[in-house]
Amino acid sequence: MSAVLPLPTVVALRQRAHWTDRIAHAALLLVVLALVVFLALPLASILVKSLQNGEGAFVGLANFTSYLASPSLLSSLWHSVWVSLMVTLVTLPLAFGFAYALSRSCMPFKGLSRTIALVPLLAPSLLSALSLIYWFGNQGIARGFIQALGFETIYGAPGIVIAECFAVFPHALMILITALSLADARLYEAANALGTSTRRKFFTITLPGAKYGLISAALVAFTLVMTDFGIPKVIGGNFNMLATDVFKLVIGQQDFQRGAVVGLLLLLPAVLTFVVDWLISRKQTSMLSARAVPYRPSPAPVFDALMTGYTLLISALMLAMLGMAVFASFASFWPYDLSLTLKHYTMGWVDAEIGDAFVNSLKLAAGTAFFGTIIVFTGAYMLEKTRGLDVLRPVVRLLAMLPMAVPGLVLGLGYIFFFNAPGNPLNGLYQTLPLLVLCTIVHFYTTGHLTAVTALKALDAEFESVSASLKVPFFKTFWRVTLPICTPTLLDIARYFFINAMTTISAVVFLYSPSTKVAAIAILNLDEAGEAGAAAACAILITAGSTLVTLLFIALGWWVNRRTQAWRNTTTP
Amino acid sequence: MTYLQLQGIRKSFGSFQALRDIDLSIEKGEFVCFLGPSGCGKTTLLRIIAGLETQTAGSIHQSERDISVLPPAQRDYGIVFQSYALFPNLTVADNVAYGLVNRKQPRAEIAARVEELLKLVGLPGSGVKYPAQLSGGQQQRIALARALATKPGLLLLDEPLSALDAIVRVHLRAEIRSLQRQLGVTTIMVTHDQEEAMSIADRIVVMNQGVIEQVGTPQDVYECPATPFVAEFIGKVNVLPAHALGQGRFRVGRLELQGAAHCDAHVAGASVHLYLRPEDRVAEGALEGIANRVWGEVSNVEFLGGSCLAQMRIDELDGQPLLVSFSLNQMHDLGVRVGARLEMALRSDRLRVF
Repeated sequence: MSAVLPLPTVVALRQRAHWTDRIAHAALLLVVLALVVFLALPLASILVKSLQNGEGAFVGLANFTSYLASPSLLSSLWHSVWVSLMVTLVTLPLAFGFAYALSRSCMPFKGLSRTIALVPLLAPSLLSALSLIYWFGNQGIARGFIQALGFETIYGAPGIVIAECFAVFPHALMILITALSLADARLYEAANALGTSTRRKFFTITLPGAKYGLISAALVAFTLVMTDFGIPKVIGGNFNMLATDVFKLVIGQQDFQRGAVVGLLLLLPAVLTFVVDWLISRKQTSMLSARAVPYRPSPAPVFDALMTGYTLLISALMLAMLGMAVFASFASFWPYDLSLTLKHYTMGWVDAEIGDAFVNSLKLAAGTAFFGTIIVFTGAYMLEKTRGLDVLRPVVRLLAMLPMAVPGLVLGLGYIFFFNAPGNPLNGLYQTLPLLVLCTIVHFYTTGHLTAVTALKALDAEFESVSASLKVPFFKTFWRVTLPICTPTLLDIARYFFINAMTTISAVVFLYSPSTKVAAIAILNLDEAGEAGAAAACAILITAGSTLVTLLFIALGWWVNRRTQAWRNTTTP
Repeated sequence: MTYLQLQGIRKSFGSFQALRDIDLSIEKGEFVCFLGPSGCGKTTLLRIIAGLETQTAGSIHQSERDISVLPPAQRDYGIVFQSYALFPNLTVADNVAYGLVNRKQPRAEIAARVEELLKLVGLPGSGVKYPAQLSGGQQQRIALARALATKPGLLLLDEPLSALDAIVRVHLRAEIRSLQRQLGVTTIMVTHDQEEAMSIADRIVVMNQGVIEQVGTPQDVYECPATPFVAEFIGKVNVLPAHALGQGRFRVGRLELQGAAHCDAHVAGASVHLYLRPEDRVAEGALEGIANRVWGEVSNVEFLGGSCLAQMRIDELDGQPLLVSFSLNQMHDLGVRVGARLEMALRSDRLRVF
């Protein structure tokens, strides 16, 4: 007899699935399937394309080596990198100062300043490029100013850098406001008790506390600029960047292989951002304990006045940018006849098809908001609150986070490669509105998903257990408890989808047909056709539409809060 | 009659064995507590009974029915969690009626049943309120009413009192006990609080590191702990290293103690530990003729209100510290204070030897 008995192989018991569990499993499978078809496969097809030649034969890294041998494309790579770096270096301190003023001073008009600084989020990013042309372009009213600074023209790198700074500013600002408002007052009290100088407090408490926010904001700014398409297209002139290269290669020259290579290059910084962000967010969780006391700034006349002046200056610049586009959209014939007219709107609405494009935009945004919210919330619920299919759950988690790392331009490229392939049974979707909606949902999936997961995690983990013990199927609890509690979150997600769908260009630029052209794309086309006034009018229409919808959502949120969240406002005896 | 029968329940998470071969049977109408330190597997066992987790191996029978692999919805139990898990957006009445509505009973019948349950848990007329308007103790009563609404055969309580204030906790546990007696529902409660378990349970299942150490009535478990773990986990106890002399006699320090009958098993010469509770001594009245008399000096007194716990250096134990408890009256009568010398007799019939 051997001394060691072989361990009996034990097959772990498995619980019999209830029919309601099977419904949950089916829903989860559908979400996975959707994410695979509309995210993973398109991305995979970029990779495949980059390794093939024009006839579809495998050529290894030949496309990459030929790319690196092409001096014009290499110069685009260099342009993209230094422009992105430059914008990051300029925007970060500006946004930090603004966020610091909002969170650490007693300046007046905080709400108003914040709103003004965040307005560019409601406009297509290329609005700032259009405005810059009106200010400093060949026929700009302040052209002399830019020449006095030593620049020959605004077109090219200077214009791109300035316009991107405006476009990226609110993104960096939001991150930094969050980072700076998470301060523990007790640290400052302890420092004061020890007689620490203001300067030392800033460098030993404030800056380290906002460190992760700063890194995150820098990465976001860099990636946004690197992958932005609209601004270089409008104001870049002959200054080539990776994002504009992709478009030229794929749409202009039909060179899919090189397009795929550039697409993968664009994916790099985004993936890097994603990984770094993930690493620091894991460290960050323990920073602020539940017992922290929120920091409240105390009045300091000189400092507050300085901060007020600074925010006023930035806000004025923001308004100048927006205001010029508004003014130009009403000007009869720039720069010769500046009398006000509605003709860019009225004529553009019909002749330049702004009307159709705007209606398409609204359809796209409404579809994205409606279906996106349903898909995202259902996916998050199935992931967090149902049981079984444990193998699949990490896959869903990963796929839901992936869109964050994929620039819109790359996603759109993947959609062309995948859905436009002749053998694909889903080929019929290509260039249709449903595909535009799906692409936009996937593009902005991660933020919606994280918002939903956060809201769901805040709910008691045992609701589903209690329901099962009372023999109430999960979908009934979903309907009676989870959904009503999460209504405000649903509205947030829907608004986020709507605004982004209204203003996005990068993903849809590859996917529209004349009948599904959206307003943000129409701006590009009008600009290219020299219809600057109509382009400005179209950009203003989008901004106005987004603003109106935001206000509507705020009103709806207020109403929903009163109707369904009454239980929150009750007081404990 | 056995109502719930667990056989060979095992649960592993990867290479970690959370539960090893648990066998347990619970009688109909019994109130059983799973007691143990955190991480001992008591909550996992409760969740396995509820079907919220699945055991790696082993079977569960409830009223003769094999429920080992049935989903929660096909089992028969009501459950109350530490977090209450009340639906915050529904009124108290809707919460209590949550399981009833699904059974398609007439509305008036449901309303009557809800009011009956609210009366049962001592909160009549509070149906229109939202959970957030109630105190923690009241919310837990509502959770109890909700769990009992469908008249389940088994009531599972997962640390239901742990989130409450000390006073509310003591009050509510007495109510849960009397409610359980009144309804006769078989109940399992998980707790890490030994006092709670002893005051409420018919039987206590003491668990440690995934195994059952002892199953018995509260008195059993306290007076006759089956293992050193149980002796040390429940109540306070002095542990004295000693040598067995055979026939139930032990040498500790300069003392020779005669243990009770069950101590015969230890052969002469073996190293053992003697377990003696602080209250197992005679200190009052005439000590003449009583065995195991010792002298000691009080080195520290921990005052506990109605009683105190004195740390004493016992001469006969070569100065080994011994915890001895005195009531407040004894404290005054015997002059228990730091530095005092006292005589007493150890009750060796109470000794547990391991």
